Amino acid sequence: MNTLTQFIRSLFQGNKLVIGIPYGWFILLVAIPILIVLKISLSEMEASSVSKLIDWSDGWPTIKLNLASYQFIASDSLYIKTYLSSIKYALITTILCLIIGYPFAYYMARSPKHLQPMLLMLIMLPFWTSFLLRIYAWKTLLVSNGVINNVLISLGIIDTPIVMMNNAFSLLLGMVYSYLPFMILPLYANLSKMDVRYLEAAADLGTSPFKAFWLITVPLSKAGIIAGSMLVFIPAVGEFVIPELLGGPSNLMIGRVLWDEFFSNNDWPMAASVAIVMICIILVPMAILNKAEAEQLGGK
Amino acid sequence: MSQASNKLFAKSWMFLVYLFLYLPIITLVVFSFNDSKLVTVWSHASTRWYSALMEDSDLIAAVLLSLKIAFLSALMSVLFGTFTAFALHRYKRFRGRTLLNSMASTPLVMPDVIVGLSLLLMLVSIQHWLGFPERGLFTILLGHALLGTAYANVVVTSRLREMDGRLDEAAMDLGCKPFQVFWLVTLPLLVPGLVSAFLLTFTLSFDDVVLSSFLSGPGYSTMPMVIFSRARLGLNPTINAVATVTIVVVTIAVVASSFYTSHQERKRKREVALAYSDNNK
Repeated sequence: MNTLTQFIRSLFQGNKLVIGIPYGWFILLVAIPILIVLKISLSEMEASSVSKLIDWSDGWPTIKLNLASYQFIASDSLYIKTYLSSIKYALITTILCLIIGYPFAYYMARSPKHLQPMLLMLIMLPFWTSFLLRIYAWKTLLVSNGVINNVLISLGIIDTPIVMMNNAFSLLLGMVYSYLPFMILPLYANLSKMDVRYLEAAADLGTSPFKAFWLITVPLSKAGIIAGSMLVFIPAVGEFVIPELLGGPSNLMIGRVLWDEFFSNNDWPMAASVAIVMICIILVPMAILNKAEAEQLGGK
Repeated sequence: MSQASNKLFAKSWMFLVYLFLYLPIITLVVFSFNDSKLVTVWSHASTRWYSALMEDSDLIAAVLLSLKIAFLSALMSVLFGTFTAFALHRYKRFRGRTLLNSMASTPLVMPDVIVGLSLLLMLVSIQHWLGFPERGLFTILLGHALLGTAYANVVVTSRLREMDGRLDEAAMDLGCKPFQVFWLVTLPLLVPGLVSAFLLTFTLSFDDVVLSSFLSGPGYSTMPMVIFSRARLGLNPTINAVATVTIVVVTIAVVASSFYTSHQERKRKREVALAYSDNNK
């Protein structure tokens, strides 16, 4: 008994457990799964499973790399179009979130100190309530016989309903709506830490507030802008639920293609290849995000 | 722009953003009390959709499954998230720290479809090899716990950063063993962080549709999966009723926990102030 407690204590003292447990957890659930996706993307579909990469049938291991699904992605213009359109929608979402979120975060950071926790909680609260239900709610607002059209018609502003659903408008609205808090929170964190004495000094030296904003505030909040933009852009590229519920058939998004390859076509190698190409697309933004986060922490 | 018009602009901008964020939620709640079968046309107030909800056994079974998964995955998330936060916060230098850091932040930003697909392909490979796990509650739980661990790590890390590291040092100077320091000093100070991490990961799990769809097996439909399949078909007033119940419960929990946290914080500050004033006597 005594040796057992000593053993457990030694584990704690050796720090091995504290580092080993999360390491094992993430290796098992992040690193290995991505390697398996890579492996399956390089194999082909056989009767009920995927082909083996290493073939032992000759007594020697022969590696069979099957690039068929990648070649298919590269040759089929629909896939390329879908990737480009996913990037386009993610980019527009990011820019709109920045345009709406930056002034908001700026004003929030300049609000009276005692109000800020409440303002922050009001931003977080929708984030806590179900994302799926909020997207569904937009559907009830936007459809042709939906709440917004009904209100506008009964007020006599329009005669025929405006088409707001299943198009690029509803898709972008849903994306901006869902990802806006991800833009506001890092921007607020950054702007609320800013030293206002820089602005006072600039005003003393005769700089106009507008000029001071562009020359001082914006450059100082660069890390927050980058972090917020990447937090919006990266998940937006692969978004599935919003295009499925709010987007139209012509709004191509790669998350939907991956879903269909997997669930409708049962083509695992193809779904895996689509995923690997998507990972390659978001690797650069992820590296930028890591760097921005390191700067934001280091610079405080 | 003058000072006054500037302030007016700031206030209206903030108001409009809040309106944008809350408009769908308000609509959901209001129309859950609508008598009409049409979700978007107001007739008169009634609670018929709440009665319909009570009789919807599919949806109730899904809610119960979701609650079970959310509770268990939140516990796992807080446990593993705390380990991760400790490893990364305490030990600034060990081999593979960068790798652990980037693996821990991957589920935060990686699109859900990729996380779901990769976990499923991994679990299928294991099943192929060992004969288990069968797809169902356990596999969904694992996926949610992974996502939750990444979020819990962020919450606990920010709490660890705010904490006064000197208290740990003081305890060690007074002869506490590392385990005692953790149990008697660090953990009690960490509790508010653990509570908010638990709530956050609970709601994340309760909300997830993509990971569950990939990882679930026959007979295991979570609440978001049921809602998603109904929402794809069209609008359904019962969803509004479920949504309202969820929103009310979540709002109460979040507001209560934030009061609890700020109360704890004030209490701690008072105690610190008291301790210092005792020293000065």
